[in-house]
Amino acid sequence: MDLVYDPKYEAFREEVRAFLTKHKDQAPRGLGAAGRPSPDACSWQQLLIQHGYAARTIPNDYGGYGAKPDILESRIIAEEFSTARVPSALQNQGISMLVPTLLELGTEEQKKKWVKPTLRGEVVWCQGYSEPGSGSDLASLQTKATEDGDDFVINGQKIWTSTAHEADMIFCLVRTEPDKPKHEGISYLIFSMKTPGIEVRPLTTMTGHAEFNEVFFTDVRVPKTQIVGQRGQGWFVANATLKYERGMLGDPAAMETRFQALVDLMREETVDGQRAIDNPIFRDRLVRLQAELAAMKFNGLRLLTSASRGEDPGLARLIVKLQSCELTHQISALAIDVMGEFGVLYDDSPYLRSHGSWQWGYMFQLGLIIGGGTAQIQKNIISERGLGMPREPKLAK
Amino acid sequence: MEFALSEEQRMLQDSVRRFLEQNAPLDKVRLAAGDTHTVQRSLWAGASELGIPGMLIPEDFGGMGLGFLDAAIVYEMIGRHVAPLPILGTAVMAPLALMLAGSEAQQEKWLPKIAAGEIVAGVAVTEKIGIREDAGVKARKGTLTGKSLFVIDWAEADLYIVADSDHGLHLVLPDAKGLSRRALNTIDKTRSVGELVFDQVAAEPLPRSSADAVARMIDAGRVMLAADTLGAGQMMIEKAVAYAGERKQFGRVIGSFQAVKHLCAEMAAALEPSRSLVWYAAHALDEVPGDARLMACHAKSHLSEVGRFVARTATEVHGGMGFTDLLGLHYWFKRIGLDRQLLGGPELVRLEAARLQGWAA
Ligand SMILES: Cc1cc2nc3c(=O)[nH]c(=O)nc-3n(C[C@H](O)[C@H](O)[C@H](O)COP(=O)(O)OP(=O)(O)OC[C@H]3O[C@@H](n4cnc5c(N)ncnc54)[C@H](O)[C@@H]3O)c2cc1C
Ligand SMILES: Cc1cc2nc3c(=O)[nH]c(=O)nc-3n(C[C@H](O)[C@H](O)[C@H](O)COP(=O)(O)OP(=O)(O)OC[C@H]3O[C@@H](n4cnc5c(N)ncnc54)[C@H](O)[C@@H]3O)c2cc1C
Repeated sequence: MDLVYDPKYEAFREEVRAFLTKHKDQAPRGLGAAGRPSPDACSWQQLLIQHGYAARTIPNDYGGYGAKPDILESRIIAEEFSTARVPSALQNQGISMLVPTLLELGTEEQKKKWVKPTLRGEVVWCQGYSEPGSGSDLASLQTKATEDGDDFVINGQKIWTSTAHEADMIFCLVRTEPDKPKHEGISYLIFSMKTPGIEVRPLTTMTGHAEFNEVFFTDVRVPKTQIVGQRGQGWFVANATLKYERGMLGDPAAMETRFQALVDLMREETVDGQRAIDNPIFRDRLVRLQAELAAMKFNGLRLLTSASRGEDPGLARLIVKLQSCELTHQISALAIDVMGEFGVLYDDSPYLRSHGSWQWGYMFQLGLIIGGGTAQIQKNIISERGLGMPREPKLAK
Repeated sequence: MEFALSEEQRMLQDSVRRFLEQNAPLDKVRLAAGDTHTVQRSLWAGASELGIPGMLIPEDFGGMGLGFLDAAIVYEMIGRHVAPLPILGTAVMAPLALMLAGSEAQQEKWLPKIAAGEIVAGVAVTEKIGIREDAGVKARKGTLTGKSLFVIDWAEADLYIVADSDHGLHLVLPDAKGLSRRALNTIDKTRSVGELVFDQVAAEPLPRSSADAVARMIDAGRVMLAADTLGAGQMMIEKAVAYAGERKQFGRVIGSFQAVKHLCAEMAAALEPSRSLVWYAAHALDEVPGDARLMACHAKSHLSEVGRFVARTATEVHGGMGFTDLLGLHYWFKRIGLDRQLLGGPELVRLEAARLQGWAA
C-alpha cells in the first residue's frame, strides 16, 4: 500500500491545476450528460483534447492526444477536475462505448473516419441494442438485416434508444443469421440516422423529458462495409462495448461531487430554523452514505491498481455497477427527504431548489439502475461469475 | 501509487490463515466456547510463536514492529476463524497505550512480555465512548475508584490498562487490593469481556497519557473490530455459497434458485468494497494522520452494518441448519454481533464522525 504519488505525478497534478486556473472560465456551464453538446461544450472538449485532458490515450492519428496509457494520470485528471468542479471531458455513448469498440475491433478506415469527430463532440451517436421484446435478454433481438448486393437491408424496431432524436449515427445490433443460435446470428452495424427508412419517435420518460426514443427501420439500406467485426460476431463486439458502459457508470469522483452538493444542501435547508444537518436522523443517514462512498472510492483505487498491473480484480469489479448506481440513487433520495415538500417541487415552481436537479436525478438514476444491465442481471453476474454459483437452467431456445 | 497488499502482506496473511485452519478448527472453537473466560493456552502459545501478540510492538521490545495494515489483515484472519484469542486488548490496544503514554521503564517492563505472549493485557476504555450504569473511573492520589464495563480481554489478564474520566491511563494488576471483577457473559463465546470495580485501587499512571493517546487506542481498536467483521463476514459468505451448492430441494441445489443466488450476490456486493475501506482505514492510522479518526469511524460503522446484513443473510441461506448449533455458523453470527457493539455501535460512531467534520456539536 503506497498512496503517495511519485514526484513525476505530483508535477503532473500541478500542470492540471495550472490548466484549470488558467482556463476554467472558458468551461461551459451545465454539460448535459447526453444529447448534442452545445458549441461551448464542443470548444471546451477540443481544448481538453489539445491539452490531453480528454481522449488522452487515443492515438493522434485518430484525433486523440496520443499519450501512453497511464491510469494514475487519468485519475489525477479526474480528481482535479472534480475538486475544481469544472466539467471534465465529454462523456456520451459515442465516446465511452463506440470509440473504444472501434479502436479495439474496427477497420482502419472506420477508425479514421469516425473516432476523431466523435471525440470532438461533432458526431453524436446512439446505441441501438434494446428492442421491445429484448431487454435483459438482449441476444434474443429480432431486428433483421438481410443481404442484398453490397448492402444489408434492415427491418425492425429498437426501443429506449437514448438521444436517437439528436444523433447523427447509430451503432446497432441486428440479426443477420436467423438460422444460427441466438448469440451467433448477430452483427454490429454503424450507420447514419439520416438513412432513408429510419423513423424516430421520442418516448417521454418519468422525468418528463424525452430522454429516449423508439426507432423504426423500414428497408434501411446500409453498405456491408459498415459492419464492425465479422458477420455473426456482433454479440462479441457488443460485449466489448457493454464492458465500457459499465465502467462509465461507476465513477467515484462523480458520486463524490453529488455527495458534496448534498452536504451543502443540508447546511442550507432548514425546518423550524433547524438546519437539516443538525437533524440527528438526516445526519446519521448522511454519515452512513459517506462511509459507503468511502468504501466505493477505495474499491475504485483498488481496481485502478489491478488495472495498472493487468490483473483481474474479480468481485471488486463485478459489483461496481450495482453498488454505484444504488449509492448514487441513495444520495439523491436523502437530498429529496431533506427538502421535504420542496423535494417534490418540479418544473419551474417557486421555491424550487437547485433547478430541480435532485428531483430529476432521483428519477433519472432509477433509469441507470435499470439501463445497461438491470440490478437483477448484475446480481446474476455476481453470483455466477463472481461466486461460481450455478447458472440459470437454460430454457428451450 | 499502489492500493494493494504487498507480497509480504499476502504471505503474512496466508501464514496466519494456515495456522488458524490447523489450530483453531470449529471443534477447538466449541471447546473454548464452553469455557469463555479461560484463555486457550495452546492456541495462544502458537499465536505467540507466530508473533501475533507483538505484531505492533517495536522490534527493540521483542515485537515484529508491523504497521496497522499488517495488523488489520492478521485480524481479518482471526475473525475469519472466529479464533478465541485475546488479541484486541493484548496485541493492539494495550501495547498502543504503553507506546504512546508509558514511561521508558513501563515500556521495558511490559512490552517484551506482551510480545512474547507471556501475559494477557485487558483494556478498560468503554466509558470514554459512553457511560452506562453510572460507570466511570476516577483517579485520586494514585488510586482508582469507580467501575468500568466491557473490559476487553478481561479473563485471566495479567495486567489491565484503565482509562480514567480525565484522559489518564493507568496500569492495574489483577490482584490489586480493592479490585473486584465480574464476568459479563455475552452471546459471543469466543472472546471474554467483563467488569472491573475499583475501590481505591492502587494504580500506576502512564505518565504521558493524553486524550489523543486514548483516542488513538480507540481508533485502532475500531479498525481491528472492522477487520474482524470483514473476516467473519467473508467466511459466512463462503459457507453460504458452499452450502447452497450442496443442499438440494425440489430436485435442484438451492444455489440454483435465483432467490438464493441474489442473496449471496448482495452479500458479496456489500462486503467486497468494505475490504478496501478497512485497508485504507488501517493504512491511514500509520500514514494519513488527518484521515485516521474519520476513517476508523467509517470502517467501524460501515462494517457493523454490512456485517449485520451478511450475518443474518448467510444464516438464512442455510435454512433451519443455520439456526442450529450443528453447523456452528452461529459463532460467526455472534462474533459479528459483539464486534458491532464494542467500542461504540454504529449510530454512536457516526455521531463521532459527524463531530469530527463539524457537522454536530
Ligand atoms: C435510462 C435508460 C436509458 C437506456 N438507454 C438505452 C440505449 O441508449 N440503447 C439501448 O439499446 N437500450 C437502452 N436502454 C435499455 C436498457 O438497456 C434496458 O432497459 C435494460 O437492459 C432492461 O431491459 P428491459 O427494459 O426490456 O427490461 P426487462 O428485461 O423486461 O426486465 C424487467 C424486469 O425483469 C427483470 N429480469 C429480466 N430478466 C431477468 C433474469 N434473467 N433474472 C432476473 N430478473 C430478470 C429485470 O431485472 C427487470 O427488473 C435504456 C434504459 C434506460 C432505463
Ligand atoms: C425455529 C424453527 C423451528 C422449527 N420447528 C419445526 C417443527 O416443529 N416441526 C417441523 O417439522 N419443522 C420445524 N422446523 C423446520 C422448518 O420448517 C424448515 O427449517 C423450513 O421449512 C426450511 O427448510 P430447511 O431448513 O430444510 O431449509 P431449505 O429448504 O434447505 O432452505 C435453505 C435455503 O434455501 C432457500 N430455498 C429453498 N427452496 C427454495 C426455492 N424453491 N426457491 C427459493 N429459495 C429456496 C430457503 O429459503 C433457504 O434460504 C423448524 C425450523 C426452525 C428454524
